[in-house]
Amino acid sequence: MVTSSFKTYSEIFAYPPTLLPTTWHFENYEHVFDLQPFVQQYWNSFYIATLVTLGTLCFSSLAGYAFARINFPGSSLLFLLLLSAIMMPSEVTIIPLFHYIQKLGLTNSHFPLIILPMFAGPGITAVFMTRQYFLGLPVELEDAAFLDGLTRWGIYWRIALPLARPILVAVGILTFLASWNLFLEPLVLISDQAKFTLPLALRGYTDPYGQPLWGEQLAATTLSVIPILAIYVFAQRQVVESFAFSGTKG
Amino acid sequence: MLGTRALSGRVSNKLTLSWRDAFMGYAFVAPQILGFLLLILGPLVAVIIFSTQDRNLLSGAVTNVGLENYRFMLHDDPFFTKVLGNTLVFSAGLVPFNLALALVLALLLTQPVRGIVIFRTLFFAPVITSTVAWAVVWRFLFQGEAGINSFLALIGIDGPNWLREPHWAMAAVIFAQVIKNVGLNTLIFMAALQNIPKDFSDAASVDGANLLQRVRHITIPLLSPTIMLVLMLTLIGSLKVFDLIMLMTNGGPANATNVLVYYIYFRAFQVFQTGYASALALILFGAALVITVAQWAVRRRLVYNER
Repeated sequence: MVTSSFKTYSEIFAYPPTLLPTTWHFENYEHVFDLQPFVQQYWNSFYIATLVTLGTLCFSSLAGYAFARINFPGSSLLFLLLLSAIMMPSEVTIIPLFHYIQKLGLTNSHFPLIILPMFAGPGITAVFMTRQYFLGLPVELEDAAFLDGLTRWGIYWRIALPLARPILVAVGILTFLASWNLFLEPLVLISDQAKFTLPLALRGYTDPYGQPLWGEQLAATTLSVIPILAIYVFAQRQVVESFAFSGTKG
Repeated sequence: MLGTRALSGRVSNKLTLSWRDAFMGYAFVAPQILGFLLLILGPLVAVIIFSTQDRNLLSGAVTNVGLENYRFMLHDDPFFTKVLGNTLVFSAGLVPFNLALALVLALLLTQPVRGIVIFRTLFFAPVITSTVAWAVVWRFLFQGEAGINSFLALIGIDGPNWLREPHWAMAAVIFAQVIKNVGLNTLIFMAALQNIPKDFSDAASVDGANLLQRVRHITIPLLSPTIMLVLMLTLIGSLKVFDLIMLMTNGGPANATNVLVYYIYFRAFQVFQTGYASALALILFGAALVITVAQWAVRRRLVYNER
């Protein structure tokens, strides 16, 4: 893909196929930015994924902590209720969600794309992961802090949260990836090209007949994958661990 | 699996129990619970109600039709049986292929060989890549003229126009999906393999069991809880396939790759029949529910040494 994105149209389809372009062309990359507001779309994906990640970290660690550490009536029932939603495909509820988002006049805005992943599937998985982690921390630390006069909020904020750094990193990576790669929700909710996220933008590189402009499409795809692969290369262990965490700790 | 942990996982907390602490508990979980009620439970109830209505997304017209949507689905919809069949074929093609490949890869990748890390990296990279990017690349590779076929031509094979021929199209999307996600299952298997004590295998090899026998009689049974988990996750995942289908084939050719979620999308957002699409969505929900419940039931009997 990467090498083809540097080829001319005729060379992409050359026979016999070439692995590397004979001369490196950058026109495809230039076209990417001419055909669509690609920089804007890139920024959209980036800031949405960042907000989703921050929000998820905040709310899931609060809930995960409470479910692991605080005794309150009905906590296990609430937790089970929440967990039951993990198995439900998000596609089931997309129609009523679309309906209500439209009623609220929020289609074609990024708000639902930020709120939905925070509280639906990925958010709940995050609650589960943080809860498991908090369960494994020694209670004695908190008891000591409590005797020293720290409030519940203080214990969470100053003791538990700093200790939970590894799991927060894992949750953060998973959430960022999930949001960056989200497709169905933006497809249904966003119609304005300037508000597209990257997965939607990649579909836009077609000729007037709907046939893909391969050079441009491959170039745009390459650009969209770069940050993800960069995260993967630099933080490979954490990325892999975060998936292992979410998959096997069930 | 999840539930039993949830119930038994309560830790005796030596902090003083007080209404104040309980209040903090509610406050901590409130955003998440509120989100659950508004964004999951509410829409789930709504989709049940929608499914008994004739709704048009564009005009906003709504009429109550009772079970008419379901009657239409079972008796008159020319596509429903086809779509359901395609979904089954997709799952039936993907799940065994994916699991077998993941298991073999996991067994190979846990061998202490130099340079194995590079392979682990390679097999996992597609998992984190977006399906859209993945679909773009595979659509390119599966074209009639370029990509895979031009390489096949080098060894004298005249490849089919993969995505334009009904049987090949399904095979092609299954293949693309397997290669995309096999790394995740491999990773889960690898984690589980590392938890299996070496002693059993060593004892068996002293008794004269060869590698295949050791895998068959020791590794696989000890791995069965994980296999079950992966089976269920992959099965539910296979029901949800959408991005890949939309981007590689658009459900075609001649509906050959039109699967359930794509069909829901088509009915709801292309021809705007949101009532009927809601009924279809409930079929998806039912299927996921059946799989989840079935795995709970089966788990206790088949799986070796469950907690």
